Amino acid sequence: MEIFILLFFILVLSVFLGLELISKIPSTLHTPLMSGANAISGITLVGALSLQTSGTIQLVLAFLAITFATINVFGGYLVTNRMLRMFKKK
Amino acid sequence: MIEGNYEIFQQIGYVASAILFIFGLKMLGKEETAVRGNFVSAIGMLLAVVVTFVNVIEPILVLSAILIGSAIGSLFALRVKMTSIPEMVALFNGFGGLSSFFLAWSEFTSYKAISPLLLITYLTVFIGGITFSGSVIAYFKLSEIIKFNGAILSKLSRYFLIVFIITFLLALTQIILQILNITLIDFDLIQQIFLGLLIVSILSGFCFVIPIGGGDMPVVISLLNSLSGIAAALAGILLTNTALIVAGCLVGASGLILTLIMAKSMNRTLFNIFFVGYSEGASSASDIEGEIKPINAEDCYLILEAASTVHIVPGYGMAVAQAQHVVKELGDLLEQNGAEVSYGIHPVAGRMPGHMNVLLAEANVPYDNLLEPKDINPKMESIDIVLVIGANDVVNPSATEQPGSPIYGMPIIEVHKAKTVIILKRSMSSGFAGVQNPLFFKENSRMLFGDAKESISKLVSEFKE
Repeated sequence: MEIFILLFFILVLSVFLGLELISKIPSTLHTPLMSGANAISGITLVGALSLQTSGTIQLVLAFLAITFATINVFGGYLVTNRMLRMFKKK
Repeated sequence: MIEGNYEIFQQIGYVASAILFIFGLKMLGKEETAVRGNFVSAIGMLLAVVVTFVNVIEPILVLSAILIGSAIGSLFALRVKMTSIPEMVALFNGFGGLSSFFLAWSEFTSYKAISPLLLITYLTVFIGGITFSGSVIAYFKLSEIIKFNGAILSKLSRYFLIVFIITFLLALTQIILQILNITLIDFDLIQQIFLGLLIVSILSGFCFVIPIGGGDMPVVISLLNSLSGIAAALAGILLTNTALIVAGCLVGASGLILTLIMAKSMNRTLFNIFFVGYSEGASSASDIEGEIKPINAEDCYLILEAASTVHIVPGYGMAVAQAQHVVKELGDLLEQNGAEVSYGIHPVAGRMPGHMNVLLAEANVPYDNLLEPKDINPKMESIDIVLVIGANDVVNPSATEQPGSPIYGMPIIEVHKAKTVIILKRSMSSGFAGVQNPLFFKENSRMLFGDAKESISKLVSEFKE
C-alpha cells in the first residue's frame, strides 16, 4: 500500500509541474504543443513493454498495446517536427 | 543480484527521461527552441523505451509490434497533407488512449481475486476507451467523412452518455463494496462486468463527441489530448511505473491548460460546450440597422491598391477553400505595393488550437507577422483595410456591444474599428454560433461574395495586370 501512496504523490506533483510548464505559451505554438504532448502520451509503450504476459489473450493484448502506442509515438513526433519546420521568422 | 542492479539502472533511466520530457515541453513553448524541444522529448522517449526493452520477455513479438507501429505511424505522419493535420492529431491521440485501454485489460486478466487495484483498472479502461472512440468520432467530423448532424441524434447521445456514466459508477461502487467486504460476489461475475465495461467505455466516447459541433472542436481535441495523458498516468499506477505517471501527468496538465484557453477564447464554460451546445444559447436576435453593401473584385482591388496598412483576419473559411497560398501571394503583392501587411489570428479560429498558424506557416508566412487579438486591437483604428477571409464569430462586434448576445464578452478581433473592412464570404449565413453578425451591416463594411480562393485569385491577377 505504501508504494501507491508514493506513486500518488508523484502523480500530484507531476500535474502541478505540468500546469506550471505550459501556463504561458504563444498561440502560434498551440498546435505543435498539443501534437508534441500527444506524442509523449505514447509513453504507454513503456508500460506495454513491461507487461508480464502469460497466455494467448495477454499476449494479443500486449501486442495491440505496443502497436498502437508505437503509432502514437512515431506519428506524434514526426508530425510535430514537420509542423515546426514550417514556422519561419522573417 | 543482477536483477536488482537492473532495476536500479531502469529507474535511473526513467528519471533521466522524465527530465528530458520536462525540458522538451518547456522548449516546445518558445518559437526559437520548439524544434529542439520536440527532439529532446523524443530522446527522452527513446531512452525510456530502451531501458525497458532490455528485459522484455518476448523480444521477437515485441519487435514486430514496434516495427508495424512505427511503419504505420511514420507513413501517416509523413504523407498527411498539412490541411489534414487536425484530424491526424486526433487519430494519433486516440491510438494512445487505445493502448492504455489494452494495457489495463491485459492487467485485469492476470487478477485472480478482488483487489483495490481493480478501481484503477476500471478507471484506466474507461478513460482510455473514451479517448479512443471520442478521437475516432473527432477524426470523422474533422475530415468531414461522416457528418453527425441532427438534434435527435445529439439528444439520444447525451441521454445514453448519462446512462453509461451511471453504469460505470455502479460498477465502481460494486468493486468498493467488494473491497470493504460488504457484499460478496463471485469473481466470475466481476469478469463479466468488466467485459461489459469495455463496451460501455467505447460507446461513451462515441456519445460524448457526437453531439459536439464543429466550432467546438478545438476544445474537444485539447480535452481528448488531456484524457490520453490521464489514462497513461493511471496505467502507470497500475504497473507501478514512474515514467508513465510523470509523462502522463505532464500531458494531462498541458491538455487541460489548452482546453481552458480554448474555452475562455470562446467565452464559454466547459459545461456549456459539452452538455448544452450553442444553438440553445442563441435567443436575442435584435434588429440590426444598416444595409449590406456588396463590392466586386475590381473595386476591391482599387481600394487595396491605395491602402498603406492592410490587416488580414483568416478563419475556417480559408481552411475550407485551401486559400492560404493565394492569401500569402496577395500579401506579398500588397507589400511590394508599399503596404504594411499583418495577420490577426484568433485562438479559436479554425478547427483545432492554432489551426490558422499552421496553415499560414505552410504558405511561408513568417510567424512574426501573425498577431494575437490583444496586440492588434489597440492599433485597429490606424488600419486602412481589414480583409476578413472566412471568419465570422471571431470578428462579431456583438461580443463587445450587445450585452444580450450569446457571445457577449468573448474576446474578438475588433475589425469594425478599422477604416474599411472587406469581408470575403460565401453567402449571408450566420457563423457557427448561429448569431447574426452586425459587422456586415456597418457603415465601413463591404461584402465580397464568393469562394475565398477564387475571390483572392481575382485580386491577385488584378494586381499583376
